[in-house]
Amino acid sequence: METKRIVFVGVGGQGNLLTSRLLGEAALSAGIPTVVSEIHGMAQRGGIVESAVLLGDVTSPIVSNGEADVLVGFEPVETLRALMRCNGNSVVIANTRPLPPFTVSIGQGKYPPIDETLNMIRKRVKRLIAIDGNGLAEEAGNPLSLNMVMLGALIGSGTIPVMAEQMKAVISSSTKKAFLDSNLKAFDLGMEKAR
Amino acid sequence: MHKLLKDAPGSHFLLLGNEAIARGALEAGVAFATCYPGTPSSEIPEQFLNISRETDLYFEYSVNEKVAMEVAAGAATAGLRTIVTMKHVGLNVAADPLMTLAYVGVKGGMVIVNADDPSLFSSQNEQDNRYYARLSGLPMLEPTNTQEMKDFTIAAFDLSEKLELPVILRTTTRINHIRGDVAFGALKPRKTKDVFKKNPFRFVTVPAVSRNLHKMLLEKFDKALAIANDSPFNSVTGTGPWGIVTSGVSYDYVLDAVKDLHIEDKVSILRLGFSWPMPKALCKGFMKKVDKVLVVEELEPIVENDLRAIAQEEGISIKIKGKGVAGLSRLFEYDPGMVRQAVATYFSKEYKAPVPVDLSAVPPLPGRPPNLCAGCPHRATYYAIKQAFGKDAIHPTDIGCYTLGLLPPISMADFLICMGSSVSSACGFSRATDQKVAAFIGDSTFFHSGITGLINAVHNNHKFTLVILDNGTTAMTGHQPNPGVDAKAMGLDGTRVSIVEIVRACGVKDIHVVKPFKVAKTIEAAKAARDYDGLSVIISEEYCPMFAKAIGERKKSRPFQVNHGKCKNHRDCINLIACPAMYLDGEQVEIKKDLCIGCSVCAQICPENAILPLKE
Repeated sequence: METKRIVFVGVGGQGNLLTSRLLGEAALSAGIPTVVSEIHGMAQRGGIVESAVLLGDVTSPIVSNGEADVLVGFEPVETLRALMRCNGNSVVIANTRPLPPFTVSIGQGKYPPIDETLNMIRKRVKRLIAIDGNGLAEEAGNPLSLNMVMLGALIGSGTIPVMAEQMKAVISSSTKKAFLDSNLKAFDLGMEKAR
Repeated sequence: MHKLLKDAPGSHFLLLGNEAIARGALEAGVAFATCYPGTPSSEIPEQFLNISRETDLYFEYSVNEKVAMEVAAGAATAGLRTIVTMKHVGLNVAADPLMTLAYVGVKGGMVIVNADDPSLFSSQNEQDNRYYARLSGLPMLEPTNTQEMKDFTIAAFDLSEKLELPVILRTTTRINHIRGDVAFGALKPRKTKDVFKKNPFRFVTVPAVSRNLHKMLLEKFDKALAIANDSPFNSVTGTGPWGIVTSGVSYDYVLDAVKDLHIEDKVSILRLGFSWPMPKALCKGFMKKVDKVLVVEELEPIVENDLRAIAQEEGISIKIKGKGVAGLSRLFEYDPGMVRQAVATYFSKEYKAPVPVDLSAVPPLPGRPPNLCAGCPHRATYYAIKQAFGKDAIHPTDIGCYTLGLLPPISMADFLICMGSSVSSACGFSRATDQKVAAFIGDSTFFHSGITGLINAVHNNHKFTLVILDNGTTAMTGHQPNPGVDAKAMGLDGTRVSIVEIVRACGVKDIHVVKPFKVAKTIEAAKAARDYDGLSVIISEEYCPMFAKAIGERKKSRPFQVNHGKCKNHRDCINLIACPAMYLDGEQVEIKKDLCIGCSVCAQICPENAILPLKE
């Protein structure tokens, strides 16, 4: 079975740990060997959160620099910062909505323009799928469903061997009823954008 | 029902490594669990806490690791299957009971879970606790993946009962925090009571007894060695002339490296899962069959040097190397690419590493350091103490969220080595200098190891100020209870221990209990404490806002906003308080109303009274 190495990066509170766990659950239910790795700890305090999902014929739980097949970035600057995980053949799925770090908010640093940030990513990898994830989450009726949008975009990109139906089954079984419709809608919107 | 209680042998689940350890303990019939929380071990006791609410499993958050170890030792000596969990530096705290518990041994199986933290993701050092197995003489198991974390835990209980010795299960952050496939086995019933049979010649370690016990420990060690040599957790795969010896998560990297380099037929891999006692006969046989050996182990060159010793004794003269091969060093955790490169280099196999994208032309990106939350009471306390003590005072600090007071603009953390060091080091700083000293410690850390330092300060007439930041919970590791919390609010039945009564009972004469969101009064108390000729203690009481929200105790407060007509742009708010709810919109400070919890600290320090509650 082909190996796929997927890295997720975001900021504490954006829900990327849940995303990697759900992807792991879906892969396991599809019979694909899976290992997920997470870094816990400072996530609640506005820091960077990275996780990885490795699918297929691989034992190691983490992804070395230059070895990610797919990088899913929930925040533009963090996507660029994590780009060393990628090589020229990688696919990057990036949310375009910035979440400026506190250092920028108080004037101790400058947040680079989004277009420049995306261009710096685009010219270094095989394919950049840039989507307004927060916009789509709002369209789905739940601003907190950004992670579902990004998961949909990952499946829609066709880069990994997990099917949309398998993913949706896991989302359905692990989402509270009140958020299920909006989460599934967010997933679909992300998937359509990335196709 | 808790997901780890499912009676579903043969079913597969995606489990966190730490959940797999908890499940393994349940399958082994664990009846008694203790811990002090610490990343990366904290999710193990979290499972036990929830499971203990719906079963007869006994679980406690003990006051520190030494206490947790001793509580567990009592239960295991009485005959129960017992588990105690802690992070690597926690085992330093518990090292005293550990060393002599090894002498007396146990009756019920006792597993000590020790979580190391290579790369220091959330620790003050990256010590290699494989040394503790060697120091204590206790057996050590090192799992590699989630399934093994469950299986090795079960085996550790059996081994412990067989040898009548505690067994150390050693993990690293990387495997504590992986999620992977785990096949469930059957759950074993718990034995929750036994009868202690007195035997002072085994359990009371006066010198005459311990001389004999040490001999017995060495005999048990020989038994353990024989088991290790035949253990299925120690395996040799492949028959090639290139030898690789490895353990823990490094085994994963080695397996991938060998496959990626297509050298399966060239290598022999010795994997040490039952790693102490070092399976000497197995290692000897392995080294006799290969041409050279590469040792892939994170942190210290322990296996590397042990192999050299065995080789010397057996007259084996092959090359044995680990540290120094390509990127393999004593620093930080390994990764797959690093190990692949090391294997290729050592065995002269041609290999082209994937090339990471070139980021040299990317301008520096703004940093994103972690920060105290919006409305965190620590920020308010720090502000008040700084007003009273100025910038030259020495601030020994301690381990908790408040260590983030290190960062500007607070910049009030000057010394930190371990849990409790704030109080005792303040004794030294205040004697050795004429500077003012105000030390910081959190509520949980105060109970953990601050109290003895405080008694020392009273008895030896030290003069400084101790600030106890009481936010009602153990916030840093995920809101665990501690003896000072309102257990009922958390749905627990623990008895609350009053910090102020302890401080008074220790003999402190100058005590100030403050509410840090009342800024002027807190500054006033801080000045009085500063001017007191002796030891003073400030107890700053305010809930962690995230914890308060979680237990439904957060009071509804309106968020604040900046009144543009009144604001003269002094920026004291953003420059001195720097709450993450604040931001600059051009040159104007604004407050994010969805982040502001209405603590009003910024409003109280604004010289123009320009920060006001948001009108509904």
